[in-house]
Amino acid sequence: MSEAILEAPGSGAPETLANPVEQAISALKERFPEAVVDDPRDGYSGLVVPADKLTEVALALRDDLGFDYLSSVTGVDLIEDGKLEAVYHTYSIDKGGSAVVLHVQVDRDNPVIPSLVPVWPGADFQEREAWDLLGIQFDGHPDLRRILTWDGFHGHPLRKDWKEPFYEEDTKPFGSRWPAGGVLRAEELNPYGQNVQYPAGWVPTGDEYDVETEMYAITGADLAYSIDASQQMKTDKITVNLGPQHPSTHGVFRMVVQLDGETVVDLKPVMGYLHRNHEKIGERNTFLGNIPYTDRLDYLSPISNNLGYVLAVEKLLGSVVPERAEWIRILTVELTRIANHLWAIGFLLNDLGALQTPMLYFYIERELILDFFEALTGARMMNNYMRFGGVAYDLPDEIRGQATMEFLNELVHERLPRAIEQGDNLMTHNEIVRARSIGVGVLTRKESIAYSMAGPMLRASGVNYDVRKAEPYSYYEQLDFDIPVYYNGDVYDRYKVRMDELQQSLRIVRQVLPHLQATEGAPIIDGKPSYAIRTPQPGEAYGRVENPKGELGFYVTAKRRSSSPERYHVRAPSFINLTSLGKMCQGHKVADIVVILGSIDIVLGEVDR
Amino acid sequence: MYGLGIVRGMAITFRNFVESYLDDIFWWGKGGRYYNDAALQVRQSLKGQGVVTVFYPEEKLSVPERFRFVPFLVTDDPGPGQKWGHDWCTSCGICAKVCPPQCIWIKRGTQPNGRPKPEPEQFFIDIDICMNCGLCAEFCPFDAIKMDHDYELASYDRTTAHIHDKERLSKPISYWREIAPKKAEAEAAARDFAESNKKKKKAKDGEGGDEPRLAEEKVRQLPYRGEYY
Repeated sequence: MSEAILEAPGSGAPETLANPVEQAISALKERFPEAVVDDPRDGYSGLVVPADKLTEVALALRDDLGFDYLSSVTGVDLIEDGKLEAVYHTYSIDKGGSAVVLHVQVDRDNPVIPSLVPVWPGADFQEREAWDLLGIQFDGHPDLRRILTWDGFHGHPLRKDWKEPFYEEDTKPFGSRWPAGGVLRAEELNPYGQNVQYPAGWVPTGDEYDVETEMYAITGADLAYSIDASQQMKTDKITVNLGPQHPSTHGVFRMVVQLDGETVVDLKPVMGYLHRNHEKIGERNTFLGNIPYTDRLDYLSPISNNLGYVLAVEKLLGSVVPERAEWIRILTVELTRIANHLWAIGFLLNDLGALQTPMLYFYIERELILDFFEALTGARMMNNYMRFGGVAYDLPDEIRGQATMEFLNELVHERLPRAIEQGDNLMTHNEIVRARSIGVGVLTRKESIAYSMAGPMLRASGVNYDVRKAEPYSYYEQLDFDIPVYYNGDVYDRYKVRMDELQQSLRIVRQVLPHLQATEGAPIIDGKPSYAIRTPQPGEAYGRVENPKGELGFYVTAKRRSSSPERYHVRAPSFINLTSLGKMCQGHKVADIVVILGSIDIVLGEVDR
Repeated sequence: MYGLGIVRGMAITFRNFVESYLDDIFWWGKGGRYYNDAALQVRQSLKGQGVVTVFYPEEKLSVPERFRFVPFLVTDDPGPGQKWGHDWCTSCGICAKVCPPQCIWIKRGTQPNGRPKPEPEQFFIDIDICMNCGLCAEFCPFDAIKMDHDYELASYDRTTAHIHDKERLSKPISYWREIAPKKAEAEAAARDFAESNKKKKKAKDGEGGDEPRLAEEKVRQLPYRGEYY
């Protein structure tokens, strides 16, 4: 465990007293005088960097100033200024703390920004996303193709002047609903098949190969079998599609794999089959109305998603969360983490060939956690539980005929530890599990940081980084828990990290329960709940939480007195963790692809958004 | 020893295999393990062990009070010969405004003199679009829209069966008291409290009024909306 994060700041040399972010910012301004300036806009923090200086600034941040982790790349359409903007959040793995934010603004008609993939390979998918949805061209990107929408998609949907087929108004609530309200289906106005636009010169042929030639070309293989004629043996390199309909891909996810015999030469993930433009919906929606939509991102840990979004908006609104609400938040979020990891481990073992058995043993326990959520929030999965400045409901009286506190105590002191121990005995020392997972899908410490990996993926590669410790939110600072770290970076270590996190989450919940008892009857929300929420001042906010899958970030900007976000971006851990999938799979066998994908623990609701 | 891990794992599976029959023996002669309410109760709780499967649709999981599925409209209890009583809905439109996917359509009623009537003329919910988030019920100031517990809404035709009109949505308050008794009681107490506060205010202005039935602290402790009530 790295002492740098756990120890209180200021215990060492005097320079640690200064905020590392401010230090880095002043160092950058010194090194690039006149080029790098503070963001002048009201409510914004960070630096404005000219596009031609971006690579130099990024290198300086990474190599000299210790901000070596690129967390998030966000594209923003500033239509009133006629500009497009890319926002980069960079963090320091060693020092923790908040982000150095870089804003790069370019002309809307000619939006060219140098790609940061040479500096941080983790920018790969995020830059493709910004190109796809906002049309920002990243100069020097090795593979700038659309990623979430398909090749025959017209326009860049997150631009403010782009309108969807069922467009009604810019923001909700829509005027047609009340008081005139005659019911109407959107498709009645916009009949199916007549609401599609194609790019100029595009002819929809219905032939998939025509559509996707570019993608196959990028994997380096011809569509025809290529015969690599060496002296003695002739081997064929063939391209195989795994998915999108395949039980091991955890959803509609496709991998284009180039194989040499059984060995993987190259692998390209293909996603977007579940794309619904969550961010556009978010920008149309009210602040409050977005909470239930965040449930549908990573639908295995909906309450954690709620928390990330609510934290971001609370920064804009300046809400204060009462004590009991904070404890309930931690309780629900940690139980979500347990439920998610039980699912993730169960599915990883399923992918390894331990068909159903460990998974079903864990499901029984997960169901009990969901029983608690159902009694607390009214839904097993789509909880919609957090509110700005608190939570929606207090703890229920009883769960399945048992008093709530009694149920929770029995669950975290007896039932779950027993189940985790049983799972541990069942799997950890199983020779088949070890043979299949040790040394498979290795990412080194350096690579995992460079690829912007997050969560258990990062910590299995020897990086001690957890948002709960690095930049504590809620009451995590007051709680006593450890961050499990393993150093081999293979599938087995990711499994071990998740197993240990289960124990740590139980430890946290056990500390939270007495606080819940002590604060019984206390308020659970700041002030009276209100549906008409408006931001008091303009600005940007970035809220991030340690989701079970990794760092989940919400970038929200708003104008003054506005009821819906101006820009709403999700830094989705599942999506960004996939960036390194190709790298991890190279040289392994086809059967290992399934295991490596299982160890990332993706949820397609979050990947595709 | 190589292979010990597998043997230990097999022992666990075997133990679970045996345990799955223990309950069959326990409920022998007590009405059986399945299709038995007492056994189902145990199977659903933390005490459940072995096979915990519920045989839907013959057996159903009980749903908690807060369970939410497609909303319904609350009316007064119907008089003799009536299907529903008076609507609680005043057609204020808050539910339609707060609805995240905008699945609620309300046509406000008009009085003969052309002024708005506090009663909806038409009320539609497109249940294909409804995401069961419960925000409408949460923010309705009149307790007039509530989340239902009836989750079996499958039908053969989405174009005709999935837009619920006012007739399909209306259910009497007695139904709500039946499916969510504690919640209904807490809400009634809070309404009483608000009502008597209003009366007290009027009393100050010169009219008579009576004391609230519940003290304010007591109302605040009513669990269903935390501090809100």
